Amino acid sequence: MMEFRKDLFSNERDDDLNVVGKGVQRQDAPGHVTGRSPFFDDHAFEGLLHLKVVRSPHPHARIRRIDISAAERAPGVKRILRGADVPVNRNTLLSLINFGKDDEPTLAVDKVRYIGEPIVAIIAESEAQALAARALVRLEYEPLPAVFDVEEALKPGAPVINDIYPGNYFEYHEKYDHQKLRFGDVERGFAMADHIVEDRYQMSPIEHAPTETNGSIAAPEQNDRFVVHSCAQGLFFSLGTAAKIVNLDSNRLHFIGGTVGGGFGGKVDSLTEPLSILGAMMTGRPVRYVLDREEEMLYGSPRGAERIYIKDGIARDGRILARQIRSYFDAGAYTRLSSYAAIKCTAHLPGPYTIPNVASDIYVAYTNRCPSTAMRGFGITAVDFALEVHMDKGAEACGLDPMEFRILNAYRDGDMKAHRRVAKNTALIECVQVAAEKARWPISDEARRQSSLTGGGGARAEIPATPIDENGRINRPETRGGRPTQTLPAGTMRIPLTKQPIMEGSTENRPKAPAVPQYEPYRPAAAAPPPPAPAYTPPPPSAPPPAPAPAAAPSASPAPASQHGAHRFSSVFGTRRR
Amino acid sequence: MARFRGRGMASVNYPIGMNLGGDPSQALIHSNPDGKFTVALSAIDLGQGMKQVTRQVAAETLGVPIEDVYVDTADSDTGPHDMGSFASRGTHRMGNAVIAAAREARGVLLEAAAEELEVNAADLVTDGKGNIHVKGAPSRSITVRATAQAAQFKQGKTIAGRGIFLIPLSSVDPETGEMNPNTAFAHACLVADVEVDDETGEVTVLGMNSAYELGRVINPKMVEQQLVGGAWMGISHALYETPEPYYPNPDHGPRDFNEYLMPGPGDIAPYSIAILERPAPDGPFGGKGPGEMCANPVLPAIANAVYNAVGVRVNDLPITPEKILRGIRANGGAKPQARRGGAL
Repeated sequence: MMEFRKDLFSNERDDDLNVVGKGVQRQDAPGHVTGRSPFFDDHAFEGLLHLKVVRSPHPHARIRRIDISAAERAPGVKRILRGADVPVNRNTLLSLINFGKDDEPTLAVDKVRYIGEPIVAIIAESEAQALAARALVRLEYEPLPAVFDVEEALKPGAPVINDIYPGNYFEYHEKYDHQKLRFGDVERGFAMADHIVEDRYQMSPIEHAPTETNGSIAAPEQNDRFVVHSCAQGLFFSLGTAAKIVNLDSNRLHFIGGTVGGGFGGKVDSLTEPLSILGAMMTGRPVRYVLDREEEMLYGSPRGAERIYIKDGIARDGRILARQIRSYFDAGAYTRLSSYAAIKCTAHLPGPYTIPNVASDIYVAYTNRCPSTAMRGFGITAVDFALEVHMDKGAEACGLDPMEFRILNAYRDGDMKAHRRVAKNTALIECVQVAAEKARWPISDEARRQSSLTGGGGARAEIPATPIDENGRINRPETRGGRPTQTLPAGTMRIPLTKQPIMEGSTENRPKAPAVPQYEPYRPAAAAPPPPAPAYTPPPPSAPPPAPAPAAAPSASPAPASQHGAHRFSSVFGTRRR
Repeated sequence: MARFRGRGMASVNYPIGMNLGGDPSQALIHSNPDGKFTVALSAIDLGQGMKQVTRQVAAETLGVPIEDVYVDTADSDTGPHDMGSFASRGTHRMGNAVIAAAREARGVLLEAAAEELEVNAADLVTDGKGNIHVKGAPSRSITVRATAQAAQFKQGKTIAGRGIFLIPLSSVDPETGEMNPNTAFAHACLVADVEVDDETGEVTVLGMNSAYELGRVINPKMVEQQLVGGAWMGISHALYETPEPYYPNPDHGPRDFNEYLMPGPGDIAPYSIAILERPAPDGPFGGKGPGEMCANPVLPAIANAVYNAVGVRVNDLPITPEKILRGIRANGGAKPQARRGGAL
């Protein structure tokens, strides 16, 4: 059941739009409910070949020998690919945005670093023949010691998992073994606190479990190009990744997708496209590479585990004075996207609360498990679990109701966030109030009177003096427990502000944008049917209605010069003619 | 042996779009000769409704009926670059790109209509039903269809538009973590009611109440679809799912849905949602999008409800019956905590 609370923030919104806000049926609904929407695997090709990979049975091992002679002679086998056949056999996904070093082979060459790592690809006339030939590939390994715990992996002397990152951690800013967040002085905050609440949290890995498993079909287009039917979550992201690995210009790849049977983050990694394309290049025939359910579950890259330590210092009245966090993302054997999630997590801390002293150290650690990747809430879901269970404990420690404790500490418009930017457009307090009301969870009149719009800013908008440190230098684990090296003065900002785009439809802090299309019911001379009733009738507002909009609606005139961002492309607007 | 009821809550916010920016989305829109529009994107519809969100945003901005707009995703030969459908970025980033493209196409449409009506384009409005007329003078009108035909065959104009939306990439300070992350945040608070069996350790979710603030809602049915589906995923994450139940021990990898536990139809809980809309200053019509966050508050709310029911804190997900029973045993029995407000 879903209801709207149109009374809240009504003066920041014009509810006069034509089709935005209506529960119109999706254009793809009939195809989906009749089972006729085409997905990547619904494309038939004559002469389609099937690709299957041989995977490592060891979590960590040196590959001594790969013998494909028997597999090559197996019925139906057209081609066998090894690491040496992959044009660019080392990549990292975020190289497309210049973040991190290439660290992952498409097909393992000298070492395997997790159970399930692909080593050899077999292309055969049928799936059954590819599977039969897979059993004939003879591999000899020399097992190596494996590490599965993130904190064990970071200890000096742990076996090196990913040779590109020999300390078993992602390297931030070519300087540190973790990403830092420093805002105010947490030690001082703890010293002033009446309650210290500390705990450790663990999110285990989670499988995306999409209905449609990862897969792709690549086919020569007879014009020196290859068409690729893909279930990628980012079409050009996958195209760019594949083009780099198979070493083709991007315009020689024609990716088709867009209708995907569930992703949840598990279809960002381009797990199959490079090998499908390479197979098509090598055989001149269409090649299909689809993970079966067991492969998807075990080797389709899960949500990574996270271990999170939180320490809060809380005053007697319930105000959180300091919050310190140390956490470890388990990347598995290769980076994929974990390095980015740690930064997103850093930006998210300390959660939607205004806390004057915050510090965090976020590590991305390599272990000998399947590389983890993005999943719904990447960088946020696990830490939100930890933070919100910790908030429950904090409320208990100072004898406050959990709702009241959150409203007391909630961030508000104008507050400074720990990453040194001002909070705007906040609404946590209102969500807590409405949820309490819905659940008939009693809160005090004072808590009910609070608002995200007031009470923020002022002293809460200040950037405090902040001790900073150089702990955790790359290759120097002994520096992890060091002391602060200097104190940044209050108000310090070192990163330039991003120009903020302003879009239509919001009236916060400014007059109504003049370029929103205005709807004026069309009334021809003959009687016309009345306009349809809106699908959702807002409940009567509890507060007095806002001042009425000006009677003369502004017309769709040229965007004013102060607008930028997407508006700058609407150049035609300004050139009217008679 | 008994069953204990408990109640827990959690409140969260969520950043919309790739954290540091630098994630452009592009859109192209063009009209058929009879005034029907196609939006070409390379954005992906994972089932969440990308095609329909952009379709409604395009129709709203163009000022034409929704039936006159179809969205084509995703073909790299025809759809311009988009970063992808992840990081809760679809509605916000692609919505804004579509607005930019639709505004340009609308500009040409109104110019062509102005030429036919011999008026100033700035004086024209659309009625959202397929007509363009002079503001305040509805009798001086022309249909979108007639306008498109005139533009195409008489005036030689292409009714088309292109759009991009980009928040420039931010750098990150190594020592302080200072950065310009997302510009838009959605908010939520959720209350979970559970029942815990102290003999089996099993948790039954009895019901949930939530309030979500998502900026402008583009399509309420699709918001409901996201929030209800996401809450199911939240229950699943909290109580059932993991391929490594004794992490960091890597054993027990599941191979199929018989071995990988998820809640079934009988485990779905009644769920009541309230929607708040505080428009995002940089969102399409103020939209933020429910995206990824709809599972997030469920996990801690259930963990807190389990504590409220039997006094056991489970800090390691998922909250399995084994962990609850071990906790009850360590505490010397179930320790129900204070009731919180009106029970179900």
